[in-house]
Amino acid sequence: MDPWYITIGKAMLLCTVLLGAFAYMTVIERKLLARMQHRFGPNRVGPFGLLQPIADAIKSIFKEDITVSAADKFVYFLAPFISIMFALSAFGAIPAGPPGSFFGMNPWIMDLDIGILFVFAATSIGVYGIFLGGWASNSKYSLLGSLRSSAQMISYELGLGLSALTIIIIAGSLNFREIVDFGVWTLHPLLWIPLIISFVTFVISQIAEVNRTPFDLPEAEQEIVAGYLTEYSSIKWALFQMAEYVNMMTAAAVISTLFLGGWRGPGFLDALIPGMSEWPFIWLISKMAIWMFLFIWLRATLPRFRYDQLMRFGWIYLFEIALGSAILAGAIIAFIV
Amino acid sequence: MSVLDIAKGMGVTLSHLFKKPVTVRYPETPADVKPRFRGRHHLLRHPDTGLEKCIGCSLCAAACPAYAIYVEAAENEPDDPTSAGERYASIYEINMLRCIFCGFCEEACPTGAIVLGHEFELADYKYQDFVYGKNDMMVGIKGSKWQRREAKQEQKEVRIGLQSGPRPELEGVEY
Repeated sequence: MDPWYITIGKAMLLCTVLLGAFAYMTVIERKLLARMQHRFGPNRVGPFGLLQPIADAIKSIFKEDITVSAADKFVYFLAPFISIMFALSAFGAIPAGPPGSFFGMNPWIMDLDIGILFVFAATSIGVYGIFLGGWASNSKYSLLGSLRSSAQMISYELGLGLSALTIIIIAGSLNFREIVDFGVWTLHPLLWIPLIISFVTFVISQIAEVNRTPFDLPEAEQEIVAGYLTEYSSIKWALFQMAEYVNMMTAAAVISTLFLGGWRGPGFLDALIPGMSEWPFIWLISKMAIWMFLFIWLRATLPRFRYDQLMRFGWIYLFEIALGSAILAGAIIAFIV
Repeated sequence: MSVLDIAKGMGVTLSHLFKKPVTVRYPETPADVKPRFRGRHHLLRHPDTGLEKCIGCSLCAAACPAYAIYVEAAENEPDDPTSAGERYASIYEINMLRCIFCGFCEEACPTGAIVLGHEFELADYKYQDFVYGKNDMMVGIKGSKWQRREAKQEQKEVRIGLQSGPRPELEGVEY
């Protein structure tokens, strides 16, 4: 257990890194999308457009911050901060390496025995940011947008939790570190069936949970009214965007940690350089990068769900399949293994 | 929408990731103009004698649907002719704000004196600067009024942002 000042220092470092990663994710996303559409993407600011996030930041800070006169001022102000705060704090529970590997410190901020629950709880509180933002704007568009977004996120949280339940049953722990250390190759082969099913449902519901295409109804950018963000401008709008991208990164990290061995690299690389698979950060970051690329790739490819399709898919297919895989995993553990 | 369709679509977008963008980076690289593009007019000369092709007949002005052309003709000096015919255009003006670049003047011209070239960077600040006279359009003069003015200020060559294929009507015009 680290002393409190190291924990605080690490937390601040993590926030900085996450926000920096957010800034560059926007550029990477825009460039990748552009290249998939035969365009160049941002290339005006700095070499290859690499200073674009700085220009964006300056722009969004100096834009006029419009507050709706009929808005509930306090809640209107609070909502983006709720979003970004819980988006950032959710990441703290994810381990990025073996104990003591970060200059003698532990490469995580909170080593919680209920790590998964904490991440789910924190990302769920993010829904409050959306809902309060939409409600406090005192605008029909915002309210309807936020109702839809909250409904979507709550619906898909069921699929998310039940998919995670499978791996919790199999690994027998809610602690991220124990799940990473859990020897998946020693498993009974039958258990691979619920694992793979829940992997697929988990990824789908994570995409829905972070409001990415094809589930990006909360802020359907091609449809002029921007959902719960309609009445937000300037830095408050940017905070919501930040929260969205940080949630994306958390989702990528959670998928990697729960299903792909988290901070551990592929073991066969140890034959090349001994201890390579134990290097901190690099494996988690590269796994996250793959998932982030997938999110962007999906955005470039898929059309958006209609709202009723979204709800039907969430409640009729995803929920049942995730529940089934959890029951299956439990049954296999109870009766076969 | 089945999973297979999604995979197929993802494959399409991934393959397009590695293709060359079609964006024309216009101010940095020259715009590609087709040979029959209709831009600013050029007044041509006979390449062998150097005499102006324009004989001041005003047929272009008559053909112009936008009344953008003004021609005043004068008799040639017999010893030192300006054009190949009896008369020449002493004043030849085209108002580039009125001009719709239809090319009717070019079709009406009996001597092929006026041809629409490829230059299109004609933006300027004052109304009067859009009236192009003979000395703005005569063959050998490169660039719009604004481009020549700027090049003069900066003591540089006139740089026009286009590249195009050859067109036989534009003899003597260089880009």
